[in-house]
Amino acid sequence: MSDVSVQIEAASPGAVVAESEHVGEHTVEVRPDRIVAACRALRDGPSQYLLLSDVTCADFPDEPGRFRMAYHLTSLATGTRVRLRTWAGAADPELPSVTSVWPGANWLEREVYDQFGVRFTGHPDLCRILNPLDWDGHPLRRDYPIGGEDVQFTDAV
Amino acid sequence: MGTSEPRTGNFPLLAEGREAREAARRGNRPLTPTERVIAAVEAYTPEEAAERTLANAMLADTRPGVREPLLINLGPNHPSTHGVLRLIVELDGEVVKEVTPVIGYLHTGIEKQCENKTWWQGITLVTRMDYLAPFANIKAYTMAVERLLEMEVPPRAEWIRVLLAEMNRVASHLVWLGTAGLELGAMSVFFYCYRERDELLDLFEMVSGERMNHRYFQVGGCAQDLPPGFVERVRTFATELPKRIDDYEALLTGNPIWKDRMVGVGVLPAEDLVALGVTGPTLRAAGVPHDLRKIAPYSGYEHFQFEVPTATEGDCFARYLVRVREMRESLRIIQQVLDGLPEGPTIADDRKVVLPPREELAHSMEALIHHFKLVSEGFEVPAGEAYVPIESPRGEMGCYIVSNGGPKPHRVHMRDPSFVNLQATAPLCRGTYLADLIAIVATLDPVMGGVDR
Repeated sequence: MSDVSVQIEAASPGAVVAESEHVGEHTVEVRPDRIVAACRALRDGPSQYLLLSDVTCADFPDEPGRFRMAYHLTSLATGTRVRLRTWAGAADPELPSVTSVWPGANWLEREVYDQFGVRFTGHPDLCRILNPLDWDGHPLRRDYPIGGEDVQFTDAV
Repeated sequence: MGTSEPRTGNFPLLAEGREAREAARRGNRPLTPTERVIAAVEAYTPEEAAERTLANAMLADTRPGVREPLLINLGPNHPSTHGVLRLIVELDGEVVKEVTPVIGYLHTGIEKQCENKTWWQGITLVTRMDYLAPFANIKAYTMAVERLLEMEVPPRAEWIRVLLAEMNRVASHLVWLGTAGLELGAMSVFFYCYRERDELLDLFEMVSGERMNHRYFQVGGCAQDLPPGFVERVRTFATELPKRIDDYEALLTGNPIWKDRMVGVGVLPAEDLVALGVTGPTLRAAGVPHDLRKIAPYSGYEHFQFEVPTATEGDCFARYLVRVREMRESLRIIQQVLDGLPEGPTIADDRKVVLPPREELAHSMEALIHHFKLVSEGFEVPAGEAYVPIESPRGEMGCYIVSNGGPKPHRVHMRDPSFVNLQATAPLCRGTYLADLIAIVATLDPVMGGVDR
């Protein structure tokens, strides 16, 4: 186990599901309900992953967890990076929000909510951000129709 | 207060208030803070705002907090917001109590479009995001694809990429300096900066054929070698510009009006900025020397001598000083690239990914087949995911790609620094004057094409 996994396990035993290294990037998969504990452990741990670079998601309709989240953490001291991965679930995608660890996750999680429909519990302001507030559907889902949909904004013409 | 006549019609901001309430109704939940503000600002027509201001002015008690706060809508189209940024400002007199940025007016779904294009077609799309730093966009994207392909880029191509990325940083900072000057009333700086930037755009046109939205970096290297006369022209420019920057500094750095508007305005402690995810010159001006070119060098940045300018004050003036010094450091890097530019190919020799040279198509059947397959089907990228961050003029520009092994991406996501940095607007502006808000947004340097993607 790597240092990162050891730190997460120490803070929240049983949180780490898997770990991999590919093209020089380190990924640690954690249980969905432990994502906040894992983030907090890495932020406050000895390697000081103080900067949350990015939160994003990818849709895998054939996987049981469907929405695969990627949290990219950066250590300001050493410049090392780690990716935390977790699955949000297919039927009712929901994850705890990490805004309590990094307030900067606010807009990043709103974007994931807007584009994928993953809800973040405990988020202070969970509404759409890029699409209009009452938009139908979540455009970055793989099953969102491309072409043939109604022309939007015709009321503004 | 206000007219009782129901307002109908197509005034777009009214529609947004309706949308906010509709979204909450569908979700069977109360309005979120942002939705509440969007719905509330709808209640104001210019007449009503005037009426409220008058009512406030009639109050005998003028202590702060006594008057009813005023919600003012700034944007989406406003000369001082750097593009289609909408700010809903809650004012007590002239003091900003709260700012709610509303974005998305330039959202074009580039990430979605990338999923339905081949990997190489995606370059054309991502270059259009942060339109002041097109080379940074494509650099992050091509580097991410190259990482999944585990592809080596020839040294000359890397150096040319560094050269253009640094020229792009100078061009972007020149636009920033010019527009920030314009917003604070220093108009001539705008003309000077755009004069210099135009020379850079001419150089970009010379090398890529386009003044914006270049498609010059390819997966594996650069589309072609530098044109004849390019190096000499860049050298002239790089020798000339430091004197011009001296001129701008003579106009601004000691200028009492400029300093009055900037010194001590818009300060947040460095740890708050880090917690908000802020990177780039804004973070460095607060004393954190975080520059990806130094801390995690890519593309051979470790071979170049340059400083990372920082300041400790963290105010608008420090951000100005940091950006000006960054231009000088970029020019140093440009000089070093011109002096040591290695010879050799400008693109990797991998016929399964890289288009064959144009002249081969006339006499080589194999080259023609490769060309046809690459253009019609595209190349396949091994399954996996990669996140490649680079230092764009505004901070950490990250490209996250997921491949399922096919010729089209499964997911492309760009972590744009403007998007994340813009979150600092509200904490930076609380308690300042309305006029300071303009200076703060100007020195955050958001580019809305990158924010909304």
